[in-house]
Amino acid sequence: MEILVCVKRVPDSAENEIEVNRDGSDIERDDLVYSVNEWDNYAVEEAILIRDKVGGSVTVITVGDDESEEVLRREMAMGADNGLLLCDDAFEGSDGKGVASLLKAAVDKGKYDLILTGAQADGGAAEVGGMLAAMLDYPYASLVNKIEVDGDKLKVGREIEGGNQEMNEIQLPCVLSIQTGINEPRYVGIRGIRKVASVEIPQHGAADLGVDAATLGAAGARVKRLDYFVPEMGEGAEMLEGSSEEIVAKLIELLKSKGGLK
Amino acid sequence: MADIYAYTTHTAGVADDSALELVAAAKKIDANAAVTAIVTGSGAEVDKVADAMAASYAKVLKFNLDALAYPNAEVVRKLLVNVLPADAIVLVSNDTFGMDLGPGLSIKLDSTFVADVVGIEGVDGTVLKVIRQEYSGMVSTHVTADMSGGAVVNLRPGAFAPDESQSAGGSVEDRSGDAGDLTVKRTFLEVVEAEVGDVDITKSDVLVSVGRGIEDEENIEVAQELADAMGAVVSCSRPIVDAKWLEKSRQVGTSGQTVKPKVYLACGISGSFQHMGGIKGAPFIVAINKNVKAPIFQMADVGIEADILDFLPELTDAIKES
Repeated sequence: MEILVCVKRVPDSAENEIEVNRDGSDIERDDLVYSVNEWDNYAVEEAILIRDKVGGSVTVITVGDDESEEVLRREMAMGADNGLLLCDDAFEGSDGKGVASLLKAAVDKGKYDLILTGAQADGGAAEVGGMLAAMLDYPYASLVNKIEVDGDKLKVGREIEGGNQEMNEIQLPCVLSIQTGINEPRYVGIRGIRKVASVEIPQHGAADLGVDAATLGAAGARVKRLDYFVPEMGEGAEMLEGSSEEIVAKLIELLKSKGGLK
Repeated sequence: MADIYAYTTHTAGVADDSALELVAAAKKIDANAAVTAIVTGSGAEVDKVADAMAASYAKVLKFNLDALAYPNAEVVRKLLVNVLPADAIVLVSNDTFGMDLGPGLSIKLDSTFVADVVGIEGVDGTVLKVIRQEYSGMVSTHVTADMSGGAVVNLRPGAFAPDESQSAGGSVEDRSGDAGDLTVKRTFLEVVEAEVGDVDITKSDVLVSVGRGIEDEENIEVAQELADAMGAVVSCSRPIVDAKWLEKSRQVGTSGQTVKPKVYLACGISGSFQHMGGIKGAPFIVAINKNVKAPIFQMADVGIEADILDFLPELTDAIKES
């Protein structure tokens, strides 16, 4: 099975405090640690597991700048066979639909049976996979937490409310967005990264993909982010202050009065 | 402005809470809008839900067909493309069904998609201004969306107060005959219910809940010792289950259990909306986190800035002594 996995380089929210910058035009990007989007890592692991079972290859693709190459290399160190970087100044500021249309152009130039994305990324929109599927006219399932290959079909589980799982049969080729917890992504060591350090990763720009630059990037976006801010949400928590003994004593009193301690 | 439609979902013959949230959101887009609800399904349940929806929507379009018995987003998307005008403004709840439906629907209608909206600021001409969140709710953003060619707007469940006025006095139209071709390449098989674990966290009045801040599987013990001292039960947020450190039945959140404790100790939990969505009944929430910027401090009653690995053992010892 030929599998394409769409990944993204994002600020690692486990490693960074995400804060708004001074004028609210962006998040504070100084000293940010970047990594591959957590959901995408599960998607790549799932692709590798499927390939190892039924054969074929795994290609990881991203829309980004030169620095995004590092996440492609990381996923290749996990075991992906090929990387593909969609990179062009014209792509900057694209909205979700713009990103999906770039991926669509890349899919049209290849031949893939299965396309995976992470269920969501840093923007929390969870939109690119579903858009890509609709553009390709492929069936789609989101929030997938189980995949079984069955000939030219897949049996997939979707995570729905209350921890329940919705089982579906879906025909290939298809697009699936992958939920965390579907597998346990393998660890990538320094040695693994070194092995793929010199592998050539092809880059495609607007001309290579045959896309119209005027419909891309910030100019083509119908959805635009104006600013970042931190909302005032009422008073927030009453912060307990003092030495740790004082805080513990205050908390025990509170817990007793609220029924948290007998 | 183009007509506003809301795709309303229902369970066992009763409209979901989101159905009344969508009409409230529609009024924020256009206070005078005559909003149309779309109700799909099969059998007598759909008739019942459609009739009930007419109290809240000016018009209800009903589609009662075997193919719509289970809400398969692939089928519903095809139906909506077949029956909606291309410039429609379509409101969808951003639950696991709406996330499946919305993005692709916007492409098929060639309209603009706006994901997971938590607030509506207003409309200027055909430009909708909304509030969204990024980075798991750590920052918010103002976003504009060009609705001139229609829009699909996914609204976060619980973000809009339901419109319970029941004053629309609407009418129901059975449009089942207009559904068109609903053939798709994805078939619903069954729903597998969540496994029941050894401990039922929904029954406990006091929960000691752990998140990423616990750092390591071995440290779960620290929370368990506190829970034992308090007579509480250990629950957790999603990353703990993804790491397989606790079973799924211990997870609080929209994709886990819904709990109604009296006291909730959120230990090293950032407080994403998916997690908070699983906490009902206004418990007394204590947040312990070393990151003072964590959203949990906005929602908790009492906050403590501390590393839980230091603080929890101290608390356990003090409780044992007292």
